[in-house]
This record gives sequence, structure tokens and C-alpha cells, in this order.
Amino acid sequence: MRKTISLLVLLFSIWLLLSGHLEPLLLILGGLSCLFIVWIAVRQDVVDHEGHPLNLHPLRWLRYSLWLIGEIVKSNIDVAKRIWNPKLPITPTVTVLPAEMIDLGQVIYANSITLTPGTVSIDVQDNRITVHALSRDAAEQLQRGDMLRRIQHVIKES
Amino acid sequence: MIYAAAACAILLTMVLTLSRGILGPTTYDRILAVNSFGTKTVLIIAVFGYLTERPDFLDIAFVYALINFIGTIAVLKFFEYGDLGGARRPDQ
Amino acid sequence: MQLLTDIISWTTILGGSFFVITGGIGILRLPDFFTRLHAVSMPDTLGVGLIVIGLVVQTGFSLTSVKLIMILLFMLFTGPAATHALAKAAIHGKLEPLLFNKEESSSSS
Repeated sequence: MRKTISLLVLLFSIWLLLSGHLEPLLLILGGLSCLFIVWIAVRQDVVDHEGHPLNLHPLRWLRYSLWLIGEIVKSNIDVAKRIWNPKLPITPTVTVLPAEMIDLGQVIYANSITLTPGTVSIDVQDNRITVHALSRDAAEQLQRGDMLRRIQHVIKES
Repeated sequence: MIYAAAACAILLTMVLTLSRGILGPTTYDRILAVNSFGTKTVLIIAVFGYLTERPDFLDIAFVYALINFIGTIAVLKFFEYGDLGGARRPDQ
Repeated sequence: MQLLTDIISWTTILGGSFFVITGGIGILRLPDFFTRLHAVSMPDTLGVGLIVIGLVVQTGFSLTSVKLIMILLFMLFTGPAATHALAKAAIHGKLEPLLFNKEESSSSS
């Protein structure tokens, strides 16, 4: 029930931000369409912890996001240097990383790996993530497990 | 002025991406090129809205971003499973 | 004040354009499918991000910039999903990634 109401509130605020109308008639119509979508979602049985995680610690989440943005900027510059270098110094590598945690943590981990240029998560199976890296350095940096520790800190006791 | 420069850069990248889509040896290269091309389309619609001073274009950019994602997933699903239906196969 | 916002937005938009072009060059130059994935994720993250930040700085605080931020967030959430789906489909389609050691032995032969 809590998740259904929060989904309704989220949908309605997105509708309000995208439309920008405040007339009563349009507000009622928007609210009705949000209710219709929530009804479809409940009927499809997709309102669960997977579609809509409420229990993340907001401050830790914000700190992790800022750290991830820093990592994205660093690896972007690294990949750009490799592409503009006439000799094309790439060393493609495939590694397997351990990822033993709840599914939400695995999703955040795999998405963060793919979001940083230079590393792409290919497969997630049996608590292991297969990663393709553009350079051996990027693969070694992931193997050091800095990102894994930070994600475990984000999803801890939630 | 700066919007025109950004639009030129994005158009140049679209040409490069499109040539990879035409060259691309495997199917996956082509899907990758189409997906990347769609991202650039969203960007150029947004920048073009600023260039002509009509911010309504952002709504179109948003819708295009949605279509691009769904389209890529649909094409991939079609190539991997051979149909767009659910898990139920006629032989099962 | 106007000059300051102009300088900030010009710098970020030019930086974003640079990363977008680099992604375009990379998708042509890199040798195989899996390495090209990395070139594509570069304009998807920092290229889009910097250009959108430049446009937001130019617009100021309004509903338009909220829409821009929503476009950016949406692309940041869907980009990795599409890339991961592509890589997984390619692996299941028996596409072999080009590896560093193999490349050395094939170039010497």
C-alpha cells in the first residue's frame, strides 16, 4: 500500500513538472490518468520492491552519486585520450568480479560499471559479474573493489 | 551562436555514427549505431529548440528518448528470441 | 553576471561537443564491437551531461530546465540498460570479444 501511494505521488509530480498547467480541470484530468496508470500497475502486479525501492538511505545515496560522477569524468578523459592517440593504445580485457549481495545492490553495481566509460558489464550470473574493459588498467581498478565497498555501504541495513 | 557550434558537432557525429551503421560488419554493430544515433537525435532536437528559441522542442526530445530506448530493446529482443511475444512459445 | 553565465555555458557546451565528437571518432576507429560499446557510452554520459548543464545554466531556474534535467536523468538510467542488453545479446549470439593477448599473436603472424 505504501508503495502504491508513493508511486501515485511520484507519477503526479512528474506529470505536474512536465505539463506546468495549474487549471483545476487539467489537474483533475492529470490525476485521473495517474490513477489509471497506478491501477494498471497494480493489476500487472509490478508494484514491488524491485520496481520501486523506497528503503535507500538518501544521504549515502547522494554521496555515492557524487563519487560516481567524479569517476565518470575521470574515465571519460582517460577513454578520450586513448581514442585521440594515433597509436590507439587499447588493451581489451574480460574479467569476472565477485558480487555477493542482494539483487538491488547487484543492479546498482552492474549499472555503475556500465555507466563509467571503459568498462561494460556483459553478464550477471550466480553472484558474479562478467566485465569487458577497454584497458587493463580499468579492469585492475575494478578488481581492487573500491566501487563494491561503496555500494555495500549504500545498501547496508536497509 | 554557441548553439550552432554544438549543432554542427552533433551533426558531424551523426554522420560518423551513420557510416558505422552502414559499414558495421555484424548486426550488433548496426543496432549499436542506431542506438547511438538516437541519443544524438535527442540532443540535436534539444539544441535546435534553443537555436530557434522554442523550448517546446524539449517535449519532443523527451518522447524521442523514450522511443529510442523502447525501440532498441524491441529490436534486440526480436533478434535474440525471434519474436516480440512473451515467454509462451507454440512448441511448449 | 550575464557574462559569467555565458562563459560557463559556452565552456560546458563546447566540452560536451568535444566528447560527443570523440565518441563519433571512436565508434569508427575502434577495432571490434565490444570496444565500440565503450566509445558509445562516452557521449551518452559526459557529452549529454555537459551540453544539458550548459543549456540549464543559460536558461536559469524555470520549468524548462527541470525538463532538461529530467531528460538527462532518463538518459543516464536507460543508457546502461540498453548497452548491457546489447552486450548480453552479442555474447549469447556467439560473438567473440577481441582480447589483448589474441591481438598480439594475430598481429605477429
